[in-house]
Amino acid sequence: MSALLSVVDVGKRFRGLIAVDRVSFTVEAGEIFAVIGPNGAGKTTLFNMIAGVLAPNEGTITFRGERISGRTPDAVCRLGVARTFQIVRPFPALTVEDNVVIGALLHRTEMAAARRHARDVLATLDLFDKRDFRASALTLPDRKRLELARALATDPKLLLLDEVMAGLRPTETDRMVEILRGVNRDMGVTILLIEHVMRAVMALAGHMLVLHHGAPIAKGKPEDVVRDQKVITSYLGQESI
Amino acid sequence: MISLWRDMNGRGQVAVALAFLVLLFAPVAATRYLLSVLTLILYFVYVGQAWNLMMGYAGQLSLGHALYVGLGGYISAALWVHFGIGPWLGVVPSVAIAAAFGAAIGWLGFRFGIEGVYFSLLTIAFAEFTRIGFDHIGFVGGAGGLFIPYEESRLGEWWNLRGSQVFFYYLAFGMAVLAVLLTALLARSRLGYQWLAIREDETAARALGIDVFRAKMKAVLISSSMTAVGGVFYAFYYNSLFPAQLFDMSRSIELILGPIVGGTGTVFGPVIGAFVLTPLGEILIAVTEKAGINAPGAKAIFFGLILMAIIYLVPTGVWPWLSQRLGFARRRS
Ligand SMILES: Nc1ncnc2c1ncn2[C@@H]1O[C@H](COP(=O)(O)OP(=O)(O)O)[C@@H](O)[C@H]1O
Ligand SMILES: [Mg+2]
Repeated sequence: MSALLSVVDVGKRFRGLIAVDRVSFTVEAGEIFAVIGPNGAGKTTLFNMIAGVLAPNEGTITFRGERISGRTPDAVCRLGVARTFQIVRPFPALTVEDNVVIGALLHRTEMAAARRHARDVLATLDLFDKRDFRASALTLPDRKRLELARALATDPKLLLLDEVMAGLRPTETDRMVEILRGVNRDMGVTILLIEHVMRAVMALAGHMLVLHHGAPIAKGKPEDVVRDQKVITSYLGQESI
Repeated sequence: MISLWRDMNGRGQVAVALAFLVLLFAPVAATRYLLSVLTLILYFVYVGQAWNLMMGYAGQLSLGHALYVGLGGYISAALWVHFGIGPWLGVVPSVAIAAAFGAAIGWLGFRFGIEGVYFSLLTIAFAEFTRIGFDHIGFVGGAGGLFIPYEESRLGEWWNLRGSQVFFYYLAFGMAVLAVLLTALLARSRLGYQWLAIREDETAARALGIDVFRAKMKAVLISSSMTAVGGVFYAFYYNSLFPAQLFDMSRSIELILGPIVGGTGTVFGPVIGAFVLTPLGEILIAVTEKAGINAPGAKAIFFGLILMAIIYLVPTGVWPWLSQRLGFARRRS
């Protein structure tokens, strides 16, 4: 099986600061892959390079065999990579449904079809009853769901999720885990997620990568990675203090 | 279009149908003066709608739309005066050239990330430079103006826009109706939704696969083309064109007040706005004259105060407030 996404020796510097330091990994089609690491480790920067927001200083990113590093965010999205923002960015004055319709219109020209698809996605994410609310009226957990709904409506092959669990209560987290499993299994969407909530990561991820100061310090199956001494001292240990 | 109708409930539909019928039969009962005021209102509905597409939907604030009115007017008038090319034909190059100016502004602004107020400044700069340019183009009369001569023999040649007041009224009415329908159509289209996304959050729009540059260019092209057609109307209705009058910043502002007062980003906002503001201006002229106040600017001050009051009372515009108060909007199922 060839990789859906492959990141090879990718690096990004902001003036003096090395935000991402020669990171390589591959995501296979159909899996859920997690990137973890302390704040400032370079996770969001890595996502921004995959999503086309930032161009890497070195290395290449390929998606389905096509080089995507250096392309614009909209071009990357049209190829089938959708992302959510860590700090959510809903279209505030529009209704929840219209927010999602905009995503659905990426690969649909007909309004009725886009609206139908948007409503299906809203139902999957427990937002159907709130479809006529303005996005600005939603609570944070609902905004996170809306962010996911909008991205999902573009029919991505790969979904990049930047801390969608942050700020959720444990029951909400469990529900989100369930939703993401469904998205992955039933819709066949490959997921690459950044996450701090270890419970969610352990429940979802087939493979993971740990970043620390921009550099990869561990890679592999979750149960092996969490026993890794470097990971415990630099990240997991920190959490339990 | 159909969805515009469907999104209203029975009351809204009755109100819109009534307004349409009243306007359709207005010339039967209206005096010549009233008809001229209505013509002006409908002209402002039309150009206000054109501006609304770009600002209200795509979120790009143009403060230089007088540029497109001026270009449309001047080019069609010059073609008629110098070459006898009628406005139905002249409208084509008028629109093409205005759209080319729009494209230049859009390209500069959107390609080089000139955003927000800086984009607005760019639109003002283009209008001002063009005004100064036209002051010096002898071919169109320079600062002295360009006039479409009054020819007795041509009266009634409606195909050359040499018609009566009633004719111009219906022309303005037709243009206004088309502008409303076009807005309704675009608002419910894929492009319309792309514009809304861009207006709300460009970064998020891009992340959803929207080619922001393209969508914005379409907005400025459609808006400038439409506005230029308004300029052709203006030229043949008023028959005299001066750069200082057509391209002036105050004309750009005048054109956008209707949609702002009525509610940007709505289909009926520019309509209501024009119907509120234009008569208000006329009433103020009459009242200040009656009261013997002839201090220059008195009218403008009253107008400004009333404008401030409206914007203070209904900051999102008269139409959203009105349609809610009167219960025109259908509760979506
Ligand atoms: N646009 C930027 N300009 C300068 N520094 C940045 C920028 N974006 C991120 N950084 C820095 O890069 C490092 C990695 O940040 P980030 O990728 O957001 O980390 P994480 O998502 O893992 O918390 C941080 O030190 C951050 O301050
Ligand atoms: Mg981050």
